[in-house]
Formats: sequence, structure tokens, C-alpha cells
Amino acid sequence: MRRSVAALAFIIIFAFLILGMSQLRPFGEPENTEMDDYFLYDRDEGSQAHNQVNNVVTAILFDYRGLDTLGEATVLFSAVSGVVAVLRKVKRSQKEVHG
Amino acid sequence: MNWKMSRVVRTVADVMVVPIIIFGVYLIIHGHLTPGGGFQGGAVIASSTALLIIAYGSFGKHKDSLSSLESTGLTLFILLAFLGIGYTVFYNFLASGGAVFGGSVHYGINPGRLDSGGTVPLMNIMVGLEVAAALSLILWMMAKGSDSMDVEEVKG
Repeated sequence: MRRSVAALAFIIIFAFLILGMSQLRPFGEPENTEMDDYFLYDRDEGSQAHNQVNNVVTAILFDYRGLDTLGEATVLFSAVSGVVAVLRKVKRSQKEVHG
Repeated sequence: MNWKMSRVVRTVADVMVVPIIIFGVYLIIHGHLTPGGGFQGGAVIASSTALLIIAYGSFGKHKDSLSSLESTGLTLFILLAFLGIGYTVFYNFLASGGAVFGGSVHYGINPGRLDSGGTVPLMNIMVGLEVAAALSLILWMMAKGSDSMDVEEVKG
């Protein structure tokens, strides 16, 4: 019983996956190309024209979406703060440790 | 705690640390030309710290220096972002004409030059500094913390 239910669920999910895959657009041909054209080919505000950066991904990370990168750096900073706070050396007396 | 691996491992770690750090610095300063950037290069540099910790144990006292290096990277990143406040925050005020990294690239496919990009490579360097110091500090604190826990158990 359990095996047949599992097999049925597997077949249904796999059918949905095949259905979704058959409706994918071809690689590199998105439906809306406004953002791609802006970052890649725009002669005033594009990555190469505005920032003089060849690597468009880096231009987006550090200029167009720089605040998100600042957020990522802050997340890393707070992670380090947490690790240092947890693993710091604390002087405890024997009484405190054993209650 | 002075825990070390064998001389073979220590020698290989000594030899391998230099190319690992050079590759990390290359990833950071070529972030605006090739795949990679500050985060990836910083992680590569931090992996050299992991290698040293594996080989030599958690040696020395590096908490304050690594912590100040990380804070310096983050502060300079924010400062660099706010230097372009005349237009917007994170404005690339150095691109094409600034003093540092002020070169310009051609539109379209080009071989790329290191002297271009304005604030983007500078921000890559700052973020690389911050990530390298932060991940090294995490690894080092964890190694040190587990060592001190062992010592306390033996004592207690």
C-alpha cells in the first residue's frame, strides 16, 4: 500500500515536472528583454558605457545593486559577531558552572 | 593548545599557502574583468587560513587584528559608497576620468583592461578584505574555542 502510494505520487510529480519542462522557453531568449538591454547594451546607462566595467555581473553587484551587497557584508559581519560572542572566553567560577 | 600535524603536512601547507593567497588576490583585483570578485576571492584567501589551522592548530592571537581588518573593510566600503553622495549613494564617480581605475573600455567585445571600472574594483578590494578577514576569524575562533573546551574538560 505504502509503496503504491509513493509510486503514484512519484509519477504525478514527475508528470508535472515534464509538463513544466515542455513549456520552458529556449535558453537565452527571455520573454521580456528590457532589463537585459538596459544592463548589456544601453549606450548611456549600461554597464560598459556608464561604469566602464566589462563584467556585467560585477557591475550589477557593486554599482546598480550596491545596497544589497552592503546588506550581504552586514550579514557576514553579524555572523562573525555572533561567533565571537558565543566562543569568547568567559571566566566563570566553579559555583556558577555547577549551579 | 599546541597541536600540530606531521612535518610533511606542515611543509605542503607552507608551500601551498602562497599560491592560494595569490590566486585569491588575483580573483579580487580582476573582479571587474573575469568571473569572481570580492566574495569569492575573500573565500579563497580564507581557505588558506583553514589550511594553516589544519596544519598548525590554532596558533597565536589573531582575534583583534582580524577583527579590525574586517571592520576596516566594511567601513571603507560604506565610505566609498557615500563618497558619491553628490549624485546618489553607490554612484560610480571614478568611472572614466577619475584618478584611480579611471580608464575607459570600448563598447562591445574588448580584451579588457585592469585600469577601468571606477569604484567597482575598489569596492571589490574592500569586500574581499572584509570577507577574507571575516571567514578567517570564524574559522580561527571555532578552532580556538574547541581547543579551549578540550582543555577545560581535562581540567574540570
